[in-house]
Amino acid sequence: MTNRRSEEVWISGTEEPDWLVAGTDEGEQKLKEHEEGGRLTEQTGTRIVDDVLYEGDEDPQERMIINMGPQHPSTHGVLRLQIELEGEIVRRVKPIIGYLHTGMEKTAETLTFMQGPTNVTRMDYLAPMHNELCFSLAVEQLLGVEIPPRAQAIRILLTELNRVSSHLVALATNGMDVGALSMMLYGFRERELILAFFEKTTGLRMNHNFIRPGGVAADLPPGWEVDVQNILDELPPKMAEYDDLLKANPIWLGRTRDVGIITAAECLAYSITGPTLRATGLAHDLRKSAPYSGIEQYDFDVVTGTRGDSYDRYRVKVHEMEQSLKIVKQVLESMPTGDYKTDDRKVTPPPRARIDESMEALIHHFKIYTEGFKVPEGEAYVAIESPRGELGCYIVSDGGSKPLRMHTRAPSFANLQALPILLSDSLMADAVASLASLDPVLGDVDR
Amino acid sequence: MAHNTTPPGFLLTNLNQIANWARTRSMFPATFGLACCAIEMMASGTAHYDLARFGMEVFRASPRQADLMIVAGRVSQKMAPVLRQVYDQMPDPKWVISMGACASTGGMFNNYALVQGVDQVVPVDIYVPGCPPGPQSLMHGILTLHDKIMDGELARG
Amino acid sequence: MADEPEVVEEPEESVVEPDRLLPADPTLLALIESFEDAEYLVSAGQDIVILPKESVRTFAEAAKSAGFEMAADVTATDYLGKKRVRFEVVISLLSVQHNVRLRVRVPVDAEDPTLDSITPVYPGANFFEREVYDMFGITFDGHPDMTRILMPDDWQGHPLRKDFSTGSVPVQFKEANQI
Repeated sequence: MTNRRSEEVWISGTEEPDWLVAGTDEGEQKLKEHEEGGRLTEQTGTRIVDDVLYEGDEDPQERMIINMGPQHPSTHGVLRLQIELEGEIVRRVKPIIGYLHTGMEKTAETLTFMQGPTNVTRMDYLAPMHNELCFSLAVEQLLGVEIPPRAQAIRILLTELNRVSSHLVALATNGMDVGALSMMLYGFRERELILAFFEKTTGLRMNHNFIRPGGVAADLPPGWEVDVQNILDELPPKMAEYDDLLKANPIWLGRTRDVGIITAAECLAYSITGPTLRATGLAHDLRKSAPYSGIEQYDFDVVTGTRGDSYDRYRVKVHEMEQSLKIVKQVLESMPTGDYKTDDRKVTPPPRARIDESMEALIHHFKIYTEGFKVPEGEAYVAIESPRGELGCYIVSDGGSKPLRMHTRAPSFANLQALPILLSDSLMADAVASLASLDPVLGDVDR
Repeated sequence: MAHNTTPPGFLLTNLNQIANWARTRSMFPATFGLACCAIEMMASGTAHYDLARFGMEVFRASPRQADLMIVAGRVSQKMAPVLRQVYDQMPDPKWVISMGACASTGGMFNNYALVQGVDQVVPVDIYVPGCPPGPQSLMHGILTLHDKIMDGELARG
Repeated sequence: MADEPEVVEEPEESVVEPDRLLPADPTLLALIESFEDAEYLVSAGQDIVILPKESVRTFAEAAKSAGFEMAADVTATDYLGKKRVRFEVVISLLSVQHNVRLRVRVPVDAEDPTLDSITPVYPGANFFEREVYDMFGITFDGHPDMTRILMPDDWQGHPLRKDFSTGSVPVQFKEANQI
C-alpha cells in the first residue's frame, strides 16, 4: 500500500477506506473490453498473439470474469488469474503476477559477488542449487578462472539431486491439485531423503548458498557416498509406487490426457523451455546443447514426449528423475579427488588454518569477505537447464566488487506466457490441472 | 516431543479453559504460503514431520473456516492489501504466526519491494525466525502458540 | 618538355574501408552481414551485436527467418554516468536448430526511452518487455499490453534505474557495514 500511513488500521465491520479498496482493484490489469468482432490472429507457428482467443460471435453478456488467487490453494504460490468463463469453459485468461516481487535484481547490485548466491538462491526456491550454479558460472565466465574437476563434479551431484527433489514437488503438487492427495505425501516423503543429504553437506535444507563463484563452499562430508547410495537405493522402488498410483490410473489419465495441449512451434515462439517444450517432442536440453560444469562426461538421455499434453509433461518429469539418478550414480562412481574450489586466492578465500600461518592469507580472507573480489569489466550471459527450463544469468560488471547489473532469465516467467494457450477453450477444472503441469514457481516469476 | 494434553482438574475448570483447550487442539491454518517458507510449511504438514498429530493438517482454503494464518514467505507491496483482506475475513478468535525472516522483519531483502515485517499489516502473535525455518522450528512456534493460548495469555473473543 | 618534372605515376587510390569484424559461424554471418549498421563483437567468448534502435524490428524479422526461433530473454541495463547513452536493451536470441546464441544490445537514450517492440515477431518477448517497462521506464511501440507487470499499478518510478534508491529501511547497526 503506497499511500497509507502505518498507523491507519481498518476495523472490520466499519466502512471500507479508499486505500483498502484501491489496493485490490484490478486497475490497469483489468481484462480489456471486447473489441468489435474479436479476432483470432494467425502468426508464423503460433496461434494467438495476446490473450484474446476466440471469434466473438457469442453474446458477451453471458460471460463472467472471475478471479482466481492470489491466495488460492492451487495457484502454486501467489499467482492471480483473471478468467473469463462462459459456463464452465474458459474463454480468456490473463495471469497477473508481481505479488511476490522482491526486488532481487536491485538487491544484487548492493551485494558482492560472493554474497550474490544468497540472493539468487531464493528466486526459484525449489531448485536453489541451479540458481546458485547459474550465477556462479556467469561470474566465472567474466573472471576466466578454471574450476577444478572435483568442484565441477560436486556441483553436478548437487544440481541433479536438486532436479529430483524439484520434480518430486512438482509431481506432489500436480497430484494434489488433480485430486491424488497421497501423491503429495509420497513426494514430500522422498524429498526428505534428499533434503537430509543437503543439510548434511551444506548446512541447510533449502536456500543453501553453497555453490559460489570459484567452486563450492566446502568439501563433501565424510560418508557422503553412503548417503548418496542410500538415496539411489531407496528412490526407484518408491518411484514404482508413484507409477502404480498414477501411470495407468483411469482418473489420472482422464484428467491429464489431451488436457493443456501445446505444440513445439508455439513453445518456441513463446520462449517456453524445459519439460513443457520436451513434452511436445522437441529434444532441446541445455545439458546436451550447451553443457556446463563437466556434465558432458556423464551418459544420460534427453526425455521427450509426443503429444504435448499434461500427461506427457508428467511422464517427462518422471523419466527425467530417472535420468538424473543415473547421472548421480555416475558421479558417485567417478568422483575425482582434488580441490573443491579454485586455487586463485583473489577469488576464493583461503582455508581457515592458513590464516594463522600466513599474513597474505589473512589479507585475502579479509578482502574477500568485506570488500569482495573484483571482477573484470564485461558482460556475460550463461544459461543452464533448471527443472523448469532455461535458467539464465546476465551479469554486467564495471570492474568493481558488486555487479552493475544482475538479471536472471527466469524459466517460469516465460513459461507462464503459455497459459492462454494451455487454457484456451478448456474446462475450469482442466485449468487447474494444466497450470499444475506447467509447474511455475512464483519466486522465479516475480524475483 | 512431550506435550501436556490434559489440563489439571479438567472437570472443575471454568468454561474459558475448556474453550482454550478446544481451540488449540484443532486449529485450522489458512493457506497463506507465499515463497520458500511455504515449502517448509508443506513439508511440516506431510508425513515426515506430520502436523496432523496436532489436528492441524487441514489447511483450509477459505479464510472463513480458518483460525490460524501462518504468513509463510515474503510479503511484497502488491500482496499487502491482499494479506489484510484475508486476515479480515477470518472470524474471531484468530491468530497469526509470522514464519521466517522475511515475514518477521523483511529478512535479507531490505528494499523497496517488500513490507519490512508483516506486523506492519496484521497483528502477529508468534514470530518464527529462520530462512527458511525448518519444520521443527515451525512446530515449536505452533506449540508455543498453543501454550500461550492455554495459559490464557492470548485472550481473544 | 624536358623541363617538366617527371610525373610519377601514383597508384590508383581506392577508398579502403576498415575491415568490419564478422562472425565465423555461418548462421550469424548470414544474418549480420546484411545489416550495415550492426556492430559485431565478441566478449567473454560470447557473440554480441550492437544495433541502433531503428533496425530492431527488421533485425528481429531477419533473425526469425535465419533460424533464431526463440527470444530467450529481453532485459535492459542502466549505465547512468558510465556510458554516453544511458540505457541498453539486451535481447538474447537462441536458435535451437543451429544451436547458436546471439546477444543484441540496443542503446536507448534517456531523452527518448522508446523502442520498437519485437513481440509481433517473437510473442515470447511479451512479459519480458513489460518487465523492462516496469523496471526501467522504456516503452515498446507495438506491444499489445504495455502495463506494469511486477510493481503495483499505481507505483511511481522505475525501480531498477540507478537514480531510484534501493529503498532500504535504516536498521540498527547497519551503519557498521559501510564498506
